[in-house]
Amino acid sequence: MTTIATQDKIRVQNLNLFYGENQALYDIDLSMQAGSITAFIGPSGCGKSTLLRTLNRMNDLIASVKITGEVLVDNQNIYAPDTDVVSLRKRVGMVFQRPNPFPMSIYDNIAYGPRIHGIKRKRDLDEIVEKSLKQAALWEEVKDRLNKSAMGLSGGQQQRLCIARLLAVDPDVLLMDEPTSALDPISTLKVEELTQELKSRYSIIIVTHNMQQAARISDTTAFFLNGVMVEHGETDKLFTNPGDQRTEDYITGRFG
Amino acid sequence: MLNAKLTNKLATVMFWAIGFGILSILAWFLWHILSAGLPHISWNFLTRKPEEMIAGGGIGPQLFNSFYILFLSLLFSIPFGIGAGIWLAEYARKNWFTDLVRLATEMLASVPSIVFGLFGLLVFVTTLHLGYSIIGGALTLSLLNLPVLVRVTEETLRAVPDSYREASLALGATKWQTIRKVLLPSALPGLVTGVTLVAGRALGESAILIFTAGVSVSRFAPDLNLFASGETLSVHLWYVRSEGLVPDATQIAEGTAALLVLVVLILNLLIALPSRLYQRKMAGKSS
Repeated sequence: MTTIATQDKIRVQNLNLFYGENQALYDIDLSMQAGSITAFIGPSGCGKSTLLRTLNRMNDLIASVKITGEVLVDNQNIYAPDTDVVSLRKRVGMVFQRPNPFPMSIYDNIAYGPRIHGIKRKRDLDEIVEKSLKQAALWEEVKDRLNKSAMGLSGGQQQRLCIARLLAVDPDVLLMDEPTSALDPISTLKVEELTQELKSRYSIIIVTHNMQQAARISDTTAFFLNGVMVEHGETDKLFTNPGDQRTEDYITGRFG
Repeated sequence: MLNAKLTNKLATVMFWAIGFGILSILAWFLWHILSAGLPHISWNFLTRKPEEMIAGGGIGPQLFNSFYILFLSLLFSIPFGIGAGIWLAEYARKNWFTDLVRLATEMLASVPSIVFGLFGLLVFVTTLHLGYSIIGGALTLSLLNLPVLVRVTEETLRAVPDSYREASLALGATKWQTIRKVLLPSALPGLVTGVTLVAGRALGESAILIFTAGVSVSRFAPDLNLFASGETLSVHLWYVRSEGLVPDATQIAEGTAALLVLVVLILNLLIALPSRLYQRKMAGKSS
């Protein structure tokens, strides 16, 4: 196992990814610090979601995917053969593009993670449920109907529920795959505010189609094009003074 | 070209007529069976033992055996059927072996039940020396149920959105935790429908049981002995109508038919209603 002394929370080294014969990511090198928000931007099909899903090995679910290179989380290569994928996903959690609450009560949705990780006492679960919902700024809206189905919530509430469900397993890293693309503007704003409150305690990586969103909420931004990472730098700099012509073309709306 | 509005109207009328047609056939059928049979159903009829020569026999043991064999056959077939369905939907890779299993299941599902009956006669009754028995009947019946349960389970699990699987795995759940705590509960209404279907078919099945559970009943009733001969309601209906010597065979057959219909209806309601309520609750519609 390769170990490099570094402060990086996540470090991607020389990563190539193939869907069968088609290469989707080329030689990605990228590092992300704890306590910051990194945004992945780029046109559809550029590989940004694919890269995000390599970080907690969700791509394992697709049989044809082949990966070379390394992804280090806390200096440990998560593609090493002895990796415990279950405990990796507990540390590196994911919020999806479409809110995907389970068809259970609000309470059971939040308690799902803690329960599968062995927490059984009602008092502990109650505490986690309340804390997670408060962190996700949803508690006030749902505290009187915790036993009602989560499917009855609005789309924006469902997405914050999914974030709360993730926080309940106490991860270090939150991966967000276009978390607001299915939400209305007000719900989007709430989720964005939430990321700002959470970033001191978690490392957040967010894939977004929305460049204004990346500019508003992220500390660093990486721009992808056709499976290649064109540029990664401080968000302010990348949007005002990009180092690469292709980045400039994209952020000024010349394509994509 | 015919006027689009007119054809639209005609189509609407036609489909309504088909709907009503189906309903009235069902209503006519129920009316026919129930009006002929219900008058013969009494407490004595439901609890007494059958007679071979004189009038006034009941169907108590048959009623008991019907449920006993149904229960046992579900006990044998549900674990294997649902297990195989889970394997096909969640574990099996796409290759020739999986395709072969699926093909075999589909072929089993289309085998006529009398063939299963003969198979049961050869294997359970004769070779394994179980005789005409409740256990022999239940085992053969579970073979009939198995392919339906496999298919229903596989299809219901496949209908569960992938987003549930992703959400659960992304929270650090294992595959089995995901299946047990998310997929199976989501698939429950479909599974319940499948079990109801199978149970209804098992209650009405006669060809298999004539060959495996026999056409007579134990001297004791109810008799839990697995090796006792166990005639069921459907088999009894066939028996009194074709070979019965009792003078009131017609009345007994009509009563049995009505009882069978009632039992199936009640069973359906008992299983389907709680499932509906559960589904409603989980969809977040009731408040």
